[in-house]
Amino acid sequence: MDLLPLFQWFYATPIGEGIRNSTWLFPVIEALHLLGFGVTVGAALLVDLRLLGVGLNKQPVARLYAGAQPWMIGSVIVMFASGVPLFLSESIKCLYSVPFWIKMASLFLVLLFTFTFLRRATETDAIAKRPHAGQVAAIISLVLWFGVAWGGRLIGFS
Amino acid sequence: MRRHGRSLQTARDGFGMSFVDFFAQLGESSWSVDLHESQYAYSIIESIHVWTMAVFFGSILMVDLRLLGWTMRKVPMSEVAQRVLPWTIGAFVIMVITGTLLFYAIPLRSYQSLWFRTKMVLLLLAGLNIWIFHSRVYPKLATADVDGVPPKAARIAGALSLSLWIGVIVTGRMIAYNWFDCDRQPQAAIVNFLTSCEPTESEH
Repeated sequence: MDLLPLFQWFYATPIGEGIRNSTWLFPVIEALHLLGFGVTVGAALLVDLRLLGVGLNKQPVARLYAGAQPWMIGSVIVMFASGVPLFLSESIKCLYSVPFWIKMASLFLVLLFTFTFLRRATETDAIAKRPHAGQVAAIISLVLWFGVAWGGRLIGFS
Repeated sequence: MRRHGRSLQTARDGFGMSFVDFFAQLGESSWSVDLHESQYAYSIIESIHVWTMAVFFGSILMVDLRLLGWTMRKVPMSEVAQRVLPWTIGAFVIMVITGTLLFYAIPLRSYQSLWFRTKMVLLLLAGLNIWIFHSRVYPKLATADVDGVPPKAARIAGALSLSLWIGVIVTGRMIAYNWFDCDRQPQAAIVNFLTSCEPTESEH
């Protein structure tokens, strides 16, 4: 499948062009994107550190998940709202960027994992009965978020 | 490597001279040049700086949100502080180490960067906020071990902390852009003043 025509269309969108023509827009949107990522990691850490047994261990996992979830969802929305315009402004570069695809794959997997398996694991007291499953889930979540950050940072270096 | 000889020559007198001189020399030391010109080292250090930032900011964010009473109201404040802040402190140590290396790779340009200077001021203010919070507000909070929404002083400390760290991250990201750099003249007089930059006449 040839993605180039599609990515050329992305590149030519008024939003993409507007960002390229501005000195300030890209850096400002990018700073917002970075802050959104920090919030996401904070929300993920709250649950993952607890699952690993190195966080708020006295609290039930479900309570931490409930506290973290609105911040996770809100920050992911901010990241999409800021990330899509950034992507439009340099979509052709992204098409040929390996880090970009690593980031997209990690992002897809981590969102799927968080809102399916991880959510279900924290809902019941399944974790209390099988702590190792919780630890594995936390490590998968952290590794995937790490992949998102790594790919994201490297897009800028390519 | 881009040389900054111009800024070196033009900073003639006063207090600024020694610093500009010092960082220009530092930038010519072999380790600094190696770091700056290396293919991987700089980008790896920079990546670690960014990942650690996410851990640092994410963890302090959760503490601040708890101080504001915006999340985990059923979790005692002292527990959040005891269990989450060690991660914040660990990440901060790594940020200082990687940040120092990044500065060392490009010392003079960083020293004269308007964004870098703003970041350092915000960092100092954030530190001051932490110091005041821990000496004045936190002791009362911990003994009472407040559930639910903390008192006003704690909420103010949380809001200040959040705002200052957001400022540190945004200004830190902007260091990469050269809008106010010394070698981009003409700049407004206020910009040259704030960056200790004295452009030569030909640059006006």
